[in-house]
Amino acid sequence: MLRVEKPGLFTTIQDLGRPNAIASGVPAGGAMDRFAHRAANLLAGNDEGAATLECTLNGPELVAMRPCVVAIAGADFDPHVNGRPSPMWTSVFLSEGDVLSFAGRRWGARAYIALTGGVSGDRWLGSMSTNLLLAQGGMHGRRLKAGDVISVAGLERVPAISGRHLAEHDRPDYAGHALPAIAGPHIRRLDAEGRKALFGSAYQVSRDADRMGYRLDGPVLELSGDELLSFALVPGVVQVPRGGQPILLMADHGTAGGYPVVATVTGAAMPVAAQLMPGDELTFAEATIEEALRMRAAQRAALDSLRS
Amino acid sequence: MPAPRSTAKVRTYPLGEAALLAELGTRLDTALNTRAIALATALKKRRDVRQAVAGYATVTVHFDPDQTSHEALTAAIRRLASKRPPMAEPGRLHRIPVVYDGPDLEAVSAVLGLEVAKVVELHTRPIYRVFCVGFVPGWGYLGPLPEELELPRRHVPRTKVPGGSVAIAGRQTGIYPLPTPGGWHLIGRTSVKLFLPDSDPPSLFRAGDRVKFFATSG
Repeated sequence: MLRVEKPGLFTTIQDLGRPNAIASGVPAGGAMDRFAHRAANLLAGNDEGAATLECTLNGPELVAMRPCVVAIAGADFDPHVNGRPSPMWTSVFLSEGDVLSFAGRRWGARAYIALTGGVSGDRWLGSMSTNLLLAQGGMHGRRLKAGDVISVAGLERVPAISGRHLAEHDRPDYAGHALPAIAGPHIRRLDAEGRKALFGSAYQVSRDADRMGYRLDGPVLELSGDELLSFALVPGVVQVPRGGQPILLMADHGTAGGYPVVATVTGAAMPVAAQLMPGDELTFAEATIEEALRMRAAQRAALDSLRS
Repeated sequence: MPAPRSTAKVRTYPLGEAALLAELGTRLDTALNTRAIALATALKKRRDVRQAVAGYATVTVHFDPDQTSHEALTAAIRRLASKRPPMAEPGRLHRIPVVYDGPDLEAVSAVLGLEVAKVVELHTRPIYRVFCVGFVPGWGYLGPLPEELELPRRHVPRTKVPGGSVAIAGRQTGIYPLPTPGGWHLIGRTSVKLFLPDSDPPSLFRAGDRVKFFATSG
């Protein structure tokens, strides 16, 4: 159990989401950077799908109410235990009374804190993920606040796994902002020049960027063709509304829409996308399905190396 | 030359490496929608498919790339789509009371050149079909709207539409389940709850349901 002394800017409970609710219009949601979420869980000895704390732009201050093991992965907000620097991507033992805090953002947008046994939250439609818009799941459908107590979902084990680590070369290339993306259903609505602009120009994440999606500033994409009937969307989709400024859909995106979809960021690149913040630049690098599957397999192998 | 069987025309497009869009057509058409819903239902039974969600004339399929491929799934979709869909059961019928006093009702009546009472009469006449559910929780895309009521969306969308607003745009009508931004014309309101957070599924409407509006004075 952890007591929240300071909640951080925007800290929510997330797991791998609620895909069964999509047909009712409820976003699947869940952790934005699923690689970091999974890695933190595996380092802490949990199933990949256990709930973690998703901390946005800075971290909380937490006090261990009992001995426990935590693991922090994803964005580096400079974690400290009792004022001393503490490693990322590593399981760390906390004694009762130890204080986990964060000195400040070094890179990235979202850090994940896993707790051995899994973070406990309200379960809604099969998931503990917080949906703030609907005020459901996680910590009563809201972000953390001071005084909250993070309890453990499973049995508290006596942890014997501190010091487990995921090496940097096994992590996604978070510094590379060329996101591999596969051409989408409506790519032919772009002419050759438009396609070149999409898969070559730098786009900047605008201030209008949150868990639903990122509006991108950059070359306007001109599309031909009639309005489309609405269809169900997936995270990673790059849709182009009237006006031609693309939007990259993220975990809490609207489940259906009628804007043309020109590309989909590969699953393995979504963790990198999740670490972008307003002002960051990105490009879309056209990729094949085969390339996407290879990257997916490499990430899977890296995570599986933590299971032994 | 014999007309090609419409059922043969399904196209699939990748949505990344673990999802695809199966397109049965591009028209707003009840028969196409019936086939899309049947295809989604059939696909959901497959072990390699994680989710299959019908749109108007499409199915978005989330699959496990360790168990299948785009090619194999596309072949399976073509097979399933070429079968005659099972006789569609009539969807559940929802009767929705509406107070027709929306902020756009007068303007809609003026632009269409119809009396307000005629707008209400036309809107309450059909039994609409829920073509698909999505966008926001509990939102149903209903139609087809009578041609006499067809209007483009508002030029400037509202930043906040009150929950329960009954709206029209194009050949569609719908009810905003929650306060959200919206560009449709608001002609009335209902107290019926469409997003049901304590139910599973959490939406009153499901794809294929039917909806009849009737006017009340509140």
